[in-house]
Amino acid sequence: MSMAAAHQITAGFMPLFDSAVLVAASELGFAAREGIELTLHRETSWANIRDRIAIGHFHLAHMLGPMPLACSLGLTPIASETIVPFSLSLGGNCVTVSNAVWDGMAAHGAEPDLDPARAGAALGALIRERATAGREPLRFAVVHPHSGHNYELRYWLAACSIDPERDIEIVIVPPPFMADALAAGRIDGYCVGEPWNSAAVAAGTGHIVTVKALLWRNSPEKVVGVRKAWAEENPEALAALLRALHHSARWCQDPANHAELAALMAGSGFLGLPASVQMPILTGRLKLGGGAERAIADFFVPFDKAANFPWKSHALWFYTQMVRWGQLAHTPENLAIAWNCYRPDLYRSALKPLGVALPGANAKVEGALKAATPVGSAGASLLLGPDGFFDGQIFDPDEIEAYIAGQKHADSLAQ
Amino acid sequence: MVRSSLAVLVIDENRIRASIIEAGLREAGHERVTVIHDVAGIARRIAEIEPDVIVIDLENPNRDMLENMFQLSRAVKRPIAMFVDRSDQASIEAAVEAGVSAYVVDGLRQERVKPILDMAVSRFNAFSRMARELEEARSELESRKVIDRAKGILMKSRGLSEEAAYTLLRKTAMNQNRKISDIAQSLVTAAGLLGPLEDE
Repeated sequence: MSMAAAHQITAGFMPLFDSAVLVAASELGFAAREGIELTLHRETSWANIRDRIAIGHFHLAHMLGPMPLACSLGLTPIASETIVPFSLSLGGNCVTVSNAVWDGMAAHGAEPDLDPARAGAALGALIRERATAGREPLRFAVVHPHSGHNYELRYWLAACSIDPERDIEIVIVPPPFMADALAAGRIDGYCVGEPWNSAAVAAGTGHIVTVKALLWRNSPEKVVGVRKAWAEENPEALAALLRALHHSARWCQDPANHAELAALMAGSGFLGLPASVQMPILTGRLKLGGGAERAIADFFVPFDKAANFPWKSHALWFYTQMVRWGQLAHTPENLAIAWNCYRPDLYRSALKPLGVALPGANAKVEGALKAATPVGSAGASLLLGPDGFFDGQIFDPDEIEAYIAGQKHADSLAQ
Repeated sequence: MVRSSLAVLVIDENRIRASIIEAGLREAGHERVTVIHDVAGIARRIAEIEPDVIVIDLENPNRDMLENMFQLSRAVKRPIAMFVDRSDQASIEAAVEAGVSAYVVDGLRQERVKPILDMAVSRFNAFSRMARELEEARSELESRKVIDRAKGILMKSRGLSEEAAYTLLRKTAMNQNRKISDIAQSLVTAAGLLGPLEDE
């Protein structure tokens, strides 16, 4: 006889590999063991996730890291207070370009080594050469305006003296269509999560030039966005879910489970792609195109390095990028909303009974850790970082005014 | 030229549903209705059409791309907002539940656009109902077929009359608290595995 679950939770997700922690929690019994009946709904766009959270169809959802900020800050058509008590993953994205762009970059010194600075310099030289010849600007695609992809692509380009507003064009393309759009010549490059980079390499139509894990080490990607009203009314259900996700994430991280996880995600109800296609994100071993291959440390991190901790400094960095690219005005009110969006307090209180090591701070200085560093409350059993930006910049949330003021904007980049 | 009605653009990959919406709009007196099934080259089409209202089905995987295009306002001359009125929560819920979203030119008077959204919502709902009824009719036909086959198997293997075969199926279903079609399906599957009993 089965007892009715204590908590019924409905969640939305996009068919992307970094929904794995949520999927495994539902399919492998982690949620059931916490007394949760977790119902997952696959969606076709981030806009649908946003709308269904806003009107209450979903209690929570797999979301792009900046998305709950955008919802809470009123950047979306239906404003809805959305909080983040759990982060689903670090890393996982790449920048891929067409063969023609790669040939052009190679002629300007790019090597198949994923080095962001070298690749950026070569791309900059190619862009200037094309401009001199009067050719159309290159067109890059990202998955959503309020996405880590959009901000990391722009950060990389700007740090390499390429103006993402004027020197190139940035458009939105859904992840599964990226490789086809590249092959058809509708776009010249893109930033997206796996397996949509390896897909272009396998098709012989693209080269991976750099990865999120090198642009900003151990940087935030997807999160669990929760309707704030539901979270406040159902604190026990939420805490139980966070414990289920914790156990699920630990399972997903373990290499012994990777083949089973890849097979699970390959299912027609989830990604609907062969399990073999899911392996590069798990192993961190990527084919770059032209026969080159690289192993990337911390390419995709679902659990280690306190990956699930919702750092307020991550939310605030996204906020600085929204301001930087003109999506949002920097005001004390907006900053307060951003500060209150990620909720490490809820993560901590839910996991406390498990006796696991937890970060003591709510925010950290991003870019300060040059190597993996032990921290935490329970015998320093928690490793953090490294968390450096490729250009050596530091983001100190206490110095956010100076950071925002010091960011190169479209105007200053043009000079 | 006098603009007697609003320009409405319907983006829907489902051709049948799109034509149902289009017919509804025309009946309501909207003459400038354009239907697009494929989003390739849509920026240019939008620039040509200059729609006042855009209706999109929620299942369209290109929604993120389309929304961004509307917001950048390069393809459309005037800024576009989602939904007729942000404060009209009931309308928004009805639309999302029906599986449709509407984008309107900012500043357009609500009373001009609201009927279009209401019409789209009711036609989307009618379409879902129709699709569901079709599916139910199809599955009912399927279960009737499988019950007939199960009866045939029982008649042949147990030497029963058609009526007795049906009674046995019904009794078994009642005893096991299952549907007759489920019992029939199990029987057909088992007979298939055993082979020679079924010669059709």
